[in-house]
Amino acid sequence: MSVPVIAELLKKHESELLQEWIASQRAAGIRTDLIDEGTVLNNSRELLKLLSIAALGGIDDLGSAEWKPVRNMIEALSRTQSRQGFSPSETATFVFSLKEPLFAKIQANCADPASEMLKASQLLDKLGLYSMESYMTGRESVIREQQESMLELSTPVVELWKGVLAIPLIGSLDSNRTQIVMEALLEKIVQTESEIAIIDITGVPTVDTMVAQHLLKTVTAAKLMGARCIISGIRPQIAATIVHLGVELGDVITKSSLADAFSVALKELDIRLVKGSLR
Amino acid sequence: MGKTEIFPLKQETDIVIVRQRVRKAAEAVRLGLVSQTKIVTAASEIARNALIYGGGGECVIEETTKDGRGAVRLVISDQGEGIANLDRAMVDGYTSGSGMGLGLGGAKRLVDQFAIESQPGQGTRIELWKWR
Repeated sequence: MSVPVIAELLKKHESELLQEWIASQRAAGIRTDLIDEGTVLNNSRELLKLLSIAALGGIDDLGSAEWKPVRNMIEALSRTQSRQGFSPSETATFVFSLKEPLFAKIQANCADPASEMLKASQLLDKLGLYSMESYMTGRESVIREQQESMLELSTPVVELWKGVLAIPLIGSLDSNRTQIVMEALLEKIVQTESEIAIIDITGVPTVDTMVAQHLLKTVTAAKLMGARCIISGIRPQIAATIVHLGVELGDVITKSSLADAFSVALKELDIRLVKGSLR
Repeated sequence: MGKTEIFPLKQETDIVIVRQRVRKAAEAVRLGLVSQTKIVTAASEIARNALIYGGGGECVIEETTKDGRGAVRLVISDQGEGIANLDRAMVDGYTSGSGMGLGLGGAKRLVDQFAIESQPGQGTRIELWKWR
């Protein structure tokens, strides 16, 4: 198989292409606040080199082994850029800005510039799309990480007193989170050998039957481990809603505020707080 | 007045969005805090049913009026298996799944007007009204 014209051009005019590519990136605007020109130059030189090697084996199948180094580099660059805060078009411009200089070289050196340009254009479009895909994958992994860290953040179990735990629930309680909340609470009960756990739902906007069911299951599980639960932070509108839903809270102690629940807990543990006497 | 929006119910996060939008609509037609919470909770129950038992569907949220009073009207529908025995499904404590069996009956008690249409194999359509 003959060497593709584009591969020859890339090899022959490598340094010129690099200069012009950098120039066209500069014209499109380089985010000097996020990346310095030296890095841009190195990246461009590296990618150009990889491109000219890969193109030797044909430019039709970017999935082939020859193109792997190019794909890897674009993927790594695009992912990094998505984390650094580049916009999608800024990321795609890196690849697309090679079009102009490459087309100029084709125009000047080829007998049949139109068909070569079409091929070059298809090649760069594919690489541009690939960089976009990698960019999106990078973004998605950021979102996933944030979701996971939010799950952890939102379930702190705190010890209010020796033997009294509190778990302030905030936000909507759907199955995933509730599971984590429940496990965290049960673990902490064992760890601290607590007798009373206060589940505060002040920050839960909606208590529907699923949330109620999760709460009741948590209470039952805690009871099996020898701890009593108090549910606090039940606001008037939530109370009215629970009644109409027909949810029976059974013998669970409920209080309207965390402070009330805490004083009940202290009373149960037979602890009395005495105001310091005046001297 | 008369704002209507349609939201898909395809995954669990859609229920959260529906709850938020229903609350917004309830605030917009100036329902009281208790009424707001009731219609949001009812929407949550029915939307979850549509997702779990109906295999997903959609929720129409309409800000409207009822006899001159501000009202929220919700239509939640799915194209799932439908409910074979409506009377039994409305009974508290009955469930074909793993829930508490209070969703349908509870939602009915939480709203001012409740209508359900369901045919086996045809899906389920539930209309909920709450007004000032």
